[in-house]
Amino acid sequence: MKKSLLGSKLLWVIAGVIVLFLFPLFLERFYVYLAAIILLTGLCATSLNFVLGYGGVFQFHHAVFYGVGAYGTALMILKSGLNPWLGFIVGPLVAAILGLIIGLICVRLSKLYFGMLQISLGSLVWAIVYRWYSFTGGDDGIHGVPLPDIISSPNGAYYFTLIITGISMLILYRMIKSPFGSALQGIRDNPVRSEMIGVNVRFQQLLALTIAGFFGGVAGSLFVVVDNTVFPDMMFWTLSMELVIMCLLGGWFSYLGPMMGAAVIVLLRTYVSGITVYWALVLGVIMMLVIFFLPNGVLGYVDEIMRKKARNT
Amino acid sequence: MLEVTSLSKSFDGFKAVNGAGLSVKEGEVVAVIGPNGAGKTTLFNLITGVIKPDAGKVLFKGQDITGLHPYQVCRKGISRSFQVVNVFQRRTVFENVQVSILSREKKTWNLFTPASKMAIEETDRILQNVGLIDVRDKTSAALSHGERKVLEIAIALGGNPEFLILDEPTAGMSPEETTRCIGLIKELREKLGLTILFCEHDMEIVFSISDRIMVMVRGSTIIQGTCEDVRCCQEVQDAYLGGSDTCLM
Repeated sequence: MKKSLLGSKLLWVIAGVIVLFLFPLFLERFYVYLAAIILLTGLCATSLNFVLGYGGVFQFHHAVFYGVGAYGTALMILKSGLNPWLGFIVGPLVAAILGLIIGLICVRLSKLYFGMLQISLGSLVWAIVYRWYSFTGGDDGIHGVPLPDIISSPNGAYYFTLIITGISMLILYRMIKSPFGSALQGIRDNPVRSEMIGVNVRFQQLLALTIAGFFGGVAGSLFVVVDNTVFPDMMFWTLSMELVIMCLLGGWFSYLGPMMGAAVIVLLRTYVSGITVYWALVLGVIMMLVIFFLPNGVLGYVDEIMRKKARNT
Repeated sequence: MLEVTSLSKSFDGFKAVNGAGLSVKEGEVVAVIGPNGAGKTTLFNLITGVIKPDAGKVLFKGQDITGLHPYQVCRKGISRSFQVVNVFQRRTVFENVQVSILSREKKTWNLFTPASKMAIEETDRILQNVGLIDVRDKTSAALSHGERKVLEIAIALGGNPEFLILDEPTAGMSPEETTRCIGLIKELREKLGLTILFCEHDMEIVFSISDRIMVMVRGSTIIQGTCEDVRCCQEVQDAYLGGSDTCLM
């Protein structure tokens, strides 16, 4: 019974991936672009959820790593003169190191205090990027990042995003199912008990924060591929809040929840903001409804129904 | 095996533990008793490093473990269960115990091997021993209170300890569950040869399973001795019964 449930889930995922691969064949260019944005935003939200939903760490300013990954990639391509592919490694690495540094400072605090300090440190990074005209381009950002030919076309960018996102999602999933992930979820549920069974809680959290920073950075460098630009708003704290909302909306205890939340919010942002400038109001109302009626998020709710069905049959 | 000397801790000037002393020999079962608020749980927290003592020493197998972090204390071979149920709520019973074993085997840094294939036999053996094998795949939040208290002990056993600290193992259990739990504790001692330190309010349990008893009142040790010594100690009677001259129990 459990097997078949798992099997059907796997089937859904495979079908989804196939459909995603076929997208560029029958969708217009704009929708392909939109799909790529959803994928990379979803990856960013999933990497946040790695520490938020699975690690219980209130990483409130995750967009910093997204932005730093993007800037790292763009600046590496523009200024170093080295092989542009290197940029896609350097960006995430810089984000991971920043994740480690901010983590080192914040990890001694717990829950909300961690979140507050993290927001302020993240905003500091944002302010530096925003003001450092000579290096980062300041509030103008950087436009027209030259990319390797194979990924410079819209479809090339889309496939690159799809493949890298897929691989990253698999790696993160594997990590959650590993002993490391097991200990991480233990810490989320009960840090005191975790220490008492011999888990070094802070080190475990630091490693998780570094990993989350890395994959946030991967998402950022994918944005460079898809959009060809970077700008300081990518690491403004409002985007971080959106990322948190994506996790809550989709379901922060289900693995694909944040990806789904990202799809909903990106689509809302695209379509509702065309109708009204108050699109955040719509978002707020949706968020309230979710918290009241689906406290485990949309996918969490679907999971619940599936489990109930499996029990009844 | 465990030697605690003049351990003290105060919170905002309130002396929760005040010069407590305790010694536990290998293979012994020692009970700590005392009225509510005597500092029993604080004493356990001090021994296991959850809080740091202001003064005093904790020696384990001759090594000074005073002020170590809980995870370091655990790695020395001390496991504990908690008074208030303290399990991993969202994880299944199986995962609760498994993570403890994985942690002991220092595998929590392993990022890529699926955990679902690790330590299955050992986890199942522990669950079998404590009688939780039937609820193996339930989320621990779905268990009854009694089952969760047993799960507490099972998690502690996952660390394969030499020294087990149980903080009110039977608190809140039904009479049947209590009987089973006492049987379990006796078994742990006989089969696994564990040294056990526990605290408990039910005197019947205390006298039936412990070799020696330590009595705490207002943070200090009044007496540590055999059940006989404790039963007839005047100070203990003062503390518990307000100075009547009959023997306790």
